[in-house]
Amino acid sequence: MSSENKNIKRQPEWIALCRRVVKSGGAKLGAIIFAIILLFCIFGPLFSSYGPNDIDLMSMYGGPTLKHPFGTDALGRDMMARLMYGGRYSILLGIMASFCSAFIGIVLGSIAGYFGGHTETIIMRIMDIWSSLPGMLLCILVSAVMGSGFLSTVLALTVGSIPGGTRMIRGQVLQERSKEYVEAAEAFNCPKYSIMFRHLLPNCIQPMIVMATMSIGSVMIQAASLSYIGLGVQPPTPEWGAMLADGRSYIRTYPHLLLVPGLAIAATVLAINLLGDGLRSALDPKLRD
Amino acid sequence: MSTDNEKFLNIKNLKVIYTQDRKVVQAVNGISISVDKGETLGLVGETGAGKTTIAKSILRILPDPPAKILEGEIWMDGEDILKHPENKMLEIRGEKIAMIFQDPMTALNPLMTVGDQITEVVLLHNRINRQQGMERAGEMLEMVGIPKERYDEYPHQFSGGMKQRVVIAMALACNPELLLADEPTTALDVTIQAQVLELIKDLQLKFQTAMILITHDLGVIAQTCDKVAVIYAGEIVEYTDKIELFDNPLHPYTRGLFDSLPSMNGDEARLKPIHGMPPDPTDLPEGCYFSPRCPYATEECRLHHPTMHEYRTGHFALCDKAAGEVNKDV
Amino acid sequence: MSEAKTLIEVQHLKKYFKVPSGMNHAVDDVSFTINRGETLGVVGESGCGKSTLGRTLIHLQEPTDGKIFLDGEDVTNISGEKLKMVREKEQIIFQDPYSSLNPRIKIESAVMEPLKCSHRFKDKNQMKEEAGKLMELVGIDERLRQSYPHELDGGRRQRVCIARALALNPDFIVCDEPVSALDVSIQAAVLNLLMDLQDQRGLSYMFVTHDLSVVRHISDHICVMYLGQMVEKCETKELFANHLHPYTKALLSAIPSTNVHAPIKRIQLKGEITSPINPKPGCRFAARCPYATEACHQPQELIEISKNHFVSCCRVREIN
Repeated sequence: MSSENKNIKRQPEWIALCRRVVKSGGAKLGAIIFAIILLFCIFGPLFSSYGPNDIDLMSMYGGPTLKHPFGTDALGRDMMARLMYGGRYSILLGIMASFCSAFIGIVLGSIAGYFGGHTETIIMRIMDIWSSLPGMLLCILVSAVMGSGFLSTVLALTVGSIPGGTRMIRGQVLQERSKEYVEAAEAFNCPKYSIMFRHLLPNCIQPMIVMATMSIGSVMIQAASLSYIGLGVQPPTPEWGAMLADGRSYIRTYPHLLLVPGLAIAATVLAINLLGDGLRSALDPKLRD
Repeated sequence: MSTDNEKFLNIKNLKVIYTQDRKVVQAVNGISISVDKGETLGLVGETGAGKTTIAKSILRILPDPPAKILEGEIWMDGEDILKHPENKMLEIRGEKIAMIFQDPMTALNPLMTVGDQITEVVLLHNRINRQQGMERAGEMLEMVGIPKERYDEYPHQFSGGMKQRVVIAMALACNPELLLADEPTTALDVTIQAQVLELIKDLQLKFQTAMILITHDLGVIAQTCDKVAVIYAGEIVEYTDKIELFDNPLHPYTRGLFDSLPSMNGDEARLKPIHGMPPDPTDLPEGCYFSPRCPYATEECRLHHPTMHEYRTGHFALCDKAAGEVNKDV
Repeated sequence: MSEAKTLIEVQHLKKYFKVPSGMNHAVDDVSFTINRGETLGVVGESGCGKSTLGRTLIHLQEPTDGKIFLDGEDVTNISGEKLKMVREKEQIIFQDPYSSLNPRIKIESAVMEPLKCSHRFKDKNQMKEEAGKLMELVGIDERLRQSYPHELDGGRRQRVCIARALALNPDFIVCDEPVSALDVSIQAAVLNLLMDLQDQRGLSYMFVTHDLSVVRHISDHICVMYLGQMVEKCETKELFANHLHPYTKALLSAIPSTNVHAPIKRIQLKGEITSPINPKPGCRFAARCPYATEACHQPQELIEISKNHFVSCCRVREIN
């Protein structure tokens, strides 16, 4: 109706999407916090005169000073430098793990949903068994088997959240494939791969994007927990969870050793969740014009 | 238009807008109608013409925002219900005004037995105990042709037509004085539709309820209504008795509607659709809203908004030319 | 039509679905033929199996039993290349123009898609040109071609669906309630378009609908279905002049007529549609039929009452 008299000219979809995301106050705040944290972690080290592993035994357990705004740790390392380097690992870990598991979930879920029958039964029963194991246990298992290190930590964190994503995508695909445009595509001999990738997936993927974004936060917390119990990224690599673990014996005497990385994790998770929330409402077709 | 205050329901110059992303959708643009007890007014029009908005304004269940009643008065029983506070409306809804929605599937709570749902409505508006309420609900079920024994069944055990009967029973449970039926049979099959329409009509006559029936189906109008108002772009373009409307449609839009129906007795080779599309309600044309699609429109129609004329006794049309050029070939 | 040539022939087609509570007899023993350039209207209420019939006919679903012939050739159980070839000759237009177009694909690409899948054109520009011609044919303005489906109204969307169905130059199109989601003023234009296209291209339609006035307008033959069974089949004029089956009578009398002066005498049916799951043998309408007797619960046969007028009712002669 509204297209009666105007020539259709549009901005690229992703720009429009970003606009809609930051329309709500919460998402805007989240975007700002997240951007600050990212900039801090990426460019901060360029302006820091301390490396993350520069030990200075003369200034152990230092409180916040001008030289060391976030203080120093048990080995006299600058907390700010460690926070900046550690953030790179923590955030990258979160993003990579949640998008890896989203990707695997999309592949498995869409195969199960589209082909149905025995394929679906097999995939979904495996997922059922899989999800009956506690996620943290799986993480620990994989880390223990694969050894520690960045990539094996990513893998360990990915494994736990695959079943949820698979189920969600399968549900979406089932709902979408009953629509008539899929039947129409079958009627003109559209190949199966094209129906799946061109027609079904783009219409199913939105909730997955939201879910993956929201899960970055929880994956970061899981990563921190892994480091905290000594698995995951190993010292002296400054990962936020590992920093927390290092500081735990000084909780009464030098609380800033825990507070600094703890607050960093909390702020990042909060920012990502706010963003995810904004993304959810921006992608909701009911709220679009 | 008939604005006599003796009528049971009197709507005067109702205007409703929706605000969407800084755009203003002019949904209802100054509508005045009246209905008497025991009378049925049919509102007929296409999708987006503003029919449902009118019904929802009377019940005051428009979501605000985005909807806003800009101006107008709705007089019922000598009171302007637009001025009532919300708690007074709670009493009026269900007790004095009841609404039947289009989709019976979503109008019932799937987790409650149909009997209990009717009982709940009865208890909400009457000071009686539960036992009496259940008896009344049983009577209502019988009245709409469902055996009392099905009181304890759940909505999913009923077919579409049966569910709509339950919805009707709920709507009539408190003897409302005004019944708003929004496309009550659109979701039903024709043979079931015939049964349901007959039922609504019988009950309405029995209780002398005033009724506003909203539909896009001229056939339904022909069978059930006394008066008809044709709505286009949020305005009444024609208002008259049913028989007069079907015999002498005056407004070009009404005539276009009749022409575009495949007839059950004629043998025309081609249908005559109305050209173009309904106007964008965020950007209504200047002058007559129908002028861009009207085969008789002149420069004047495009510049000046027409006024309501009474062409015959009780036959109003929102067209300045309906007597002359438009209908000379009738 | 100079000489009526049979395009589609269906013999004793059955389609059953397994459901938790038994077998859903969605289409039960239906036979008919459709001639080239003609339209068969299939009328019935929701759940009578008319949509399933259409989908089975164009190989979106496999029939349980029975035979389908296209141009005299048995195409009931085909697969692979053969299926692809046959599908190109048969297309479908759906009821809901909102869900029959992918919301994320621009309408020009949607029309181009069948062309792409058929590999008839090698060059992308050629495909674009062809899609342009198709959209011009159905009356979609050039400026709208880069729009997304949600930017168009129902009528235009349905035109896009028609263009897409025409892309492979089919012989036969199943129209599954193509106008019932549209407003009357727009519905008329789409019906006109369908009829014009039939004249220009010699298309055959199977027009599935519950709207008798539409079916009367567009069809040459009509087949009335009730719960998967065909109850009456004849030429359109004959059906409206001389309907014989009690269900057809009830259906015709139930249509809200726009004639305000002569209210029709309505045949009141008792009860509601029974379930097509595990039906008893015999006429399925018997439970609601005012004329039902014991004999109606025996399996019924199609009786040819007059030339090309078939009725499935054992009491048809007594009733009329």
